[in-house]
This record gives sequence, structure tokens and C-alpha cells, in this order.
Amino acid sequence: MVAEPSPQDNILLDVRGLKKYFPIQRGLLRRTVGYVKAVDDVTFFVREGETLGLVGESGCGKTTAGRTIIRLYEPTAGSALFKTRLLSPDGSPQMVDLLKADKQQLKLLRQEIAMIFQDPINSLNPRMSVSDIIAEPLVIHGRGKGPEVEEIIVNLLERVGLRPEHMRRYPHEFSGGQRQRIGIARALALNPRLVICDEPVSALDVSIQAQTLNLLQDLQADFNLSYIFVAHDLSVVQHVSDRVAVMYVGKIVEMADAEELYINPLHPYTEALMSAVPKPDPLYKSERIVMQGDVADPSNPPPGCYFHPRCRYAVDICSKQTPEFRELRPDHFVACHRAEELQLRGV
Amino acid sequence: MSSGDTLVEVKDLKVEFDVREGIIKAVDGLSLTVKRGRTLGVIGESGCGKSMTARAILNMVPKPGKITGGEILYYRQVGGNGKPLITDVINITKLDPDGELIRQIRGGEIGMIFQEPMSSLTPVYTAGTHINEAVTLHRLIPIRKVGDQLVETIQAHRKVSKQEAREIAIEMLRKVGIPKPEQRVDAYPHQLSGGQRQRVMIAVALSCEPKMLIADEPTTALDVSIEAQILDLMRELQETVDMAIMFITHNLGVIAEMAEEIVVMYMGKQVEQASAVELFYEPQHPYTRALLQSIPHVGKKSRQRLASIAGMVPDPFHLPPGCVFHPRCSSFMPGKCDVIVPGWKQIGPNHWVRCLLYEEV
Ligand SMILES: Nc1ncnc2c1ncn2[C@@H]1O[C@H](COP(=O)(O)OP(=O)(O)OP(=O)(O)O)[C@@H](O)[C@H]1O
Ligand SMILES: Nc1ncnc2c1ncn2[C@@H]1O[C@H](COP(=O)(O)OP(=O)(O)OP(=O)(O)O)[C@@H](O)[C@H]1O
Ligand SMILES: [Mg+2]
Ligand SMILES: [Mg+2]
Repeated sequence: MVAEPSPQDNILLDVRGLKKYFPIQRGLLRRTVGYVKAVDDVTFFVREGETLGLVGESGCGKTTAGRTIIRLYEPTAGSALFKTRLLSPDGSPQMVDLLKADKQQLKLLRQEIAMIFQDPINSLNPRMSVSDIIAEPLVIHGRGKGPEVEEIIVNLLERVGLRPEHMRRYPHEFSGGQRQRIGIARALALNPRLVICDEPVSALDVSIQAQTLNLLQDLQADFNLSYIFVAHDLSVVQHVSDRVAVMYVGKIVEMADAEELYINPLHPYTEALMSAVPKPDPLYKSERIVMQGDVADPSNPPPGCYFHPRCRYAVDICSKQTPEFRELRPDHFVACHRAEELQLRGV
Repeated sequence: MSSGDTLVEVKDLKVEFDVREGIIKAVDGLSLTVKRGRTLGVIGESGCGKSMTARAILNMVPKPGKITGGEILYYRQVGGNGKPLITDVINITKLDPDGELIRQIRGGEIGMIFQEPMSSLTPVYTAGTHINEAVTLHRLIPIRKVGDQLVETIQAHRKVSKQEAREIAIEMLRKVGIPKPEQRVDAYPHQLSGGQRQRVMIAVALSCEPKMLIADEPTTALDVSIEAQILDLMRELQETVDMAIMFITHNLGVIAEMAEEIVVMYMGKQVEQASAVELFYEPQHPYTRALLQSIPHVGKKSRQRLASIAGMVPDPFHLPPGCVFHPRCSSFMPGKCDVIVPGWKQIGPNHWVRCLLYEEV
């Protein structure tokens, strides 16, 4: 890819060569016998005020990538440069490597980067009331007191479509979709600049999903927010994203402008994914491309291109050489040996 | 329809939560029929009572919730294998929730895949619960290997040895698309991705070959190709063991693909019911129409705002008079909708709706 971004560019986050391996331990002595390569050399960037969609097979490392970037997991390798004014004495913008930031710096930076978690129920403390859950980040970072905090909370609850009187209830008293919105309200409490949204709307009904997506878009317009938007619903991802990255077994295999990616996919995995999108039409006959073979195993990925055993276009070279992630057309990146010659079907 | 087709009949079901501020009517007079070997889809607003209906069918409404009215009839077939088939009618709401019979039914005859596969917050799960029950009661236990949990569940409902159960478990994990199932069978839940955990729960539910599967948002954590694979697997099992499916989801694409008949719910009641084709092509209730309009369509790029239904779900303690949907309805008729409670009207051979637009008042 290109040269490292400077604080003058409109790049908010620049992730390069990100890796996160989980050790596989066996036996009484918990010897490490191998690694789950959950994230294996991921490179992408997010511009200020844009939404980057992140899609891919379940288990391909999307959540792990998000958690590693915000340092809930310690990275195995890589860098994640984030543009911020918080760490320079004169408040001028700087590119700071999140993966090397120390504890104190991280605490400051967490005001600007928030995450909406995939499993709302595991990320909400069952013993805390909704108002405590949402207030916690405000209190930690000394934003406001008593009535002020309460006002912020009421405002946030309304924005995510919950009622002010829900404040005093506990997470288990809500339905799945309502809990997801509590997590969204909490993530937005500090007015972050980058929000990593891990399946933020998957538990919502379509009307509240529409409200929430509209809310995220409004916030983006008002505050120039950036999102990394992880989701399996490809129509939602297309709707919200400026660009979309497709992941397969720990690697990004394709990244492009949303429309371009959906209409002219260059990677066979993207093509297969697009063909499987369910359509809200009971008379629609699916022309799904059935991928052969087993889902790849991140602790023992195949040689060459990780997708080759399931790829209907695979040739000799695919099992031998790792394809390079390259910019085939302007702003359209792909890692496939045959990308130039294949004519793939979009949605 | 001959009654021989009916597997579960829910009649005028009411589920209530008695909380500090008053009573929440989570399910408020719901009736529906699940037929053998068929798929019934349930859609509707978040919080409208879909999951509580599903739990009521298994007699496991969490406290302080209670089934306060109606009945749930389970037409249980016994016999076969040379003996004559007899149908026992069991009223599930009348069973002791900890009794032997409901335990056999749960997980064994009626399998379930619940929303949110790994939760520490289950009101029904106590330390004394057996592993297999906890798992059939929808949860993975964080500190136990997934394979052990699967094996115990299979053994509780099928007469197989431990070794056989382990083989079934591995085979099932393979079918739901878990890579290297012979290794992953020894993983702990936190070592799996969100979608992998969800697939383990699907494997648990399907491994007992139930007569009915209640699938509550079963594929939300899955990518579309694995989702399609799982939907195929469900349909395959539906054919081989004549399994009925009650499919709850917010994903209108998935429901269009799976369901033959669809129930639309709002605030604890059904507001419309029709065949899938009719519901998508000729929706009649203003709520259903609004739902269908608020989804983004793949391939059609617009950075426009999505349509969404105005206003919020009403406060359960101060329900609006008349039709509960009227404050948000685009076809609101003043003097009617805010006064008269609409009834459940049949408007076609297989189409019902609860809306004053279709009543002469
Ligand atoms: N703590 C852990 N220890 C070991 N392996 C892990 C751990 N967390 C995740 N993994 C493995 O890493 C891989 C990536 O998991 P991750 O949760 O990032 O996937 P994902 O892309 O978010 O999937 P999903 O769409 O299902 O949420 C999976 O194979 C998973 O089993
Ligand atoms: N423990 C509880 N205490 C009080 N109210 C509760 C409790 N559990 C659920 N409810 C209420 O019961 C109603 C129905 O909940 P249910 O889980 O059935 O909704 P749902 O239709 O499945 O929603 P979703 O689509 O969001 O999963 C909700 O309004 C919820 O607030
Ligand atoms: Mg994930
Ligand atoms: Mg639910």
C-alpha cells in the first residue's frame, strides 16, 4: 500500500499487518502446541467521517480485529495509527500507534474510540441499572455530575429509541433488541470519533434497525464520526458503508467502494457471499454458489491462497503462492491470482 | 385442515410480568397453530413478545413472568413401530415446569435455538440444573467444553453410548460448518466466535431430532453463506423427520425463504397472518406495510434515510386506547382508531388482520 499517512491526511485510522494469534494449549503443563491465527496480516484504513463495512465468514476474525485495535486483546504484530489531538501538548493532530500506547494514553484515547459489542448481554453488567451502565464512561472520564449526567442519559436513551423510565431497570428486564440499544447508548456516551460497531443492529427489528442506522448516519453528519461497521446483513452493510472490506480466514481479501464491490466483485469469495444474500421475496429463487469443502481452519490454514480449496476457479498457482493484496483498480483492492481475468457475478 | 396435522396449538395466550411499576402484558391473547412438518414464521417489533411466546411453549417463562391465561396444547403422538399411533393432548401450561414430562419434551421433542447463545443472565438456570438441561434450556456453560455439553445433551434424549454421542456431536458440528470439529469439540465456549457458539446451539437442538424446532433468531450471528447452509440443514431435517419449525426473526429475507405462513406481532398480539407470498405481496396491516418499507435492499444503493415507523413503542403501563398501534399509524382514523379496539378479522382464505380499516364501524 501507500506511504504512511501524516496527520494532514484525512485518514483517521491506518491499520497495517495486524496479527492476533491465540495460543492452543494442551495437557497438564498447558504447553502451547499451535496457534489459532484469528487475525493474520490485516491491512486497511478508515477515512475521517466515513464508514468502512467489514464482512466475512463467521469466525474469520472480525471481532478479534476490532478488539485488538482497541487493545482488549494484546496484538501479536502490526500497527494501528490513529489520528488524535489528545496526546500532544499543544493539541495539534498526531498519528499515534494504538498498539504501542501505554495504559495512561489508552485511557485518554478510549474517549475517542468506542465499541458496540456483538453479544450485548455479555457486555452489560447484570448488577448495574441502565443508567449506571450508560453513566459509567461519563463518570470514569469526569464528564458532568448528577443532573447533568442524567440529562445526557435521557437524551441518549431517546436517541436510541428507549424510554427515559427505562433508566432504572436492569439488563435482564429487556428484550434482546432493547439490550442491544443500551450498548449503543453507552458507546455513544462520550461522543467518540471512531466507533467500532460489531453487529450493532442484528438483534433489532427492521423498523428500529432503520431508526438506529439513521441515528448513526445523523451522528456521522453532525460530528464527522467514522465507523467500522461489522455485520452479516449485506444489504445493511451496503446501505451504511462508503467502502467495504471482505475478510476470509484472518485476512482481508477484497476492499472497495461499496457499490463497486457489490456490483463488480473481484474475489471469488465475495462473489459466493453475494450470491447467498437472502431476498425479502418468497418467490425469489436463489442462485446461490455452494462452496465446496470445509470451512478453513485458522489454526492450520491451507497453503497458498486460503480460499483455494473451496474456490471453483482455483488453478495450480493458487495452492502454491499467497496472492498479493493489490490495488487492481483505483481504490479497489483484491488478493486473488486470477482477479484480472475472471468475470464474476455481482448482486 | 385435519386436526391430525396440528402439532401445537396456542390459544389466547397471556404472559405477564408483575414488576414494581405495574403489569407488563408481554403476550396478550395470542393464538396460533403449528402444523407438523411445516414452518411458521413470526416477525414483529422488538419487545413484542416473540421470545416469551416461544418460552411459554416450553413452559419456561422467566420470573417474574407468568402465564396468566390461555392454553398451549401439544398433540403428542405415541406408539408407532407396529403399535397403533395414538395422539395424547397435553396442555403445556398446566404442567409442572420442573416435572418429568416437560423435561422430556424440552430439548427432546421440542428443540430450541435461543437468541444470545452465551449468557450469564438466565433466570431459569440455577446452579443445581443439570448440564444437559442448561444446554437444552438454551445456554452454553462458560466453564465446560462444548463437546461435553453436547454429549450430555444427546445422551439425555437419545439412547446412545457416550462414544456414539460424541460421534454424533462431531458429525453435527461438521454439518453446521464448524472447522475441524474433532478438535473444536474440546474447545470452551469463549474460544469460539459469536457465530460458532450460535452454531453449537443449533447443533444441540438438531442433534435430538425434535418434532418441533423453535428457532429464535437462529442465524443472526452467521454470515450469509453459512446461514444458507444452516437453513438447508433445517429443511433437510424437516423432511426426514417431519419436523415443524417456528421461526422467529427480524430478517425479512430469511423469513421469506423459510416460512410458508407468517404471523406479524405488535405489543403482544398478532396483527396480521397470511401465507408468506400474500404477506409480502399484499400486506394489509399498516404496521406490516411499514415494516416491509423499512428494509434496505441489496443492490439498490441509496444514501437516503430509511423509512422507519414514527414514534416509539408505547409505555406498557399506559397503553393507548383503541388500537395500540394508532399513535404511530399512517392510516390513523381519528375518532375510530383511538376509541375502538379492532378485532381479528378474516379477509381472505388464508389471511387475517387486526385493523379497523377492514371492519365496518
Ligand atoms: N479467546 C480465544 N481463544 C482462542 N481462539 C479464539 C479466541 N477468540 C476467538 N478465537 C478464534 O478466532 C477466530 C476468529 O474469531 P472472531 O470472534 O474474531 O470471529 P468473527 O469474525 O467475529 O466471527 P463472527 O462473525 O462469528 O462473530 C475463530 O476461529 C475463533 O474460534
Ligand atoms: N424480566 C423481565 N421483567 C420485565 N419485563 C420483561 C422481562 N423480560 C421481558 N420483559 C418484557 O417482555 C416483553 C416481551 O419480551 P420478548 O423477549 O418476548 O420480546 P421479543 O419480541 O422477543 O423481542 P426481541 O425481538 O427484541 O427479541 C418486552 O417488552 C420486555 O420488556
Ligand atoms: Mg464476531
Ligand atoms: Mg426475542
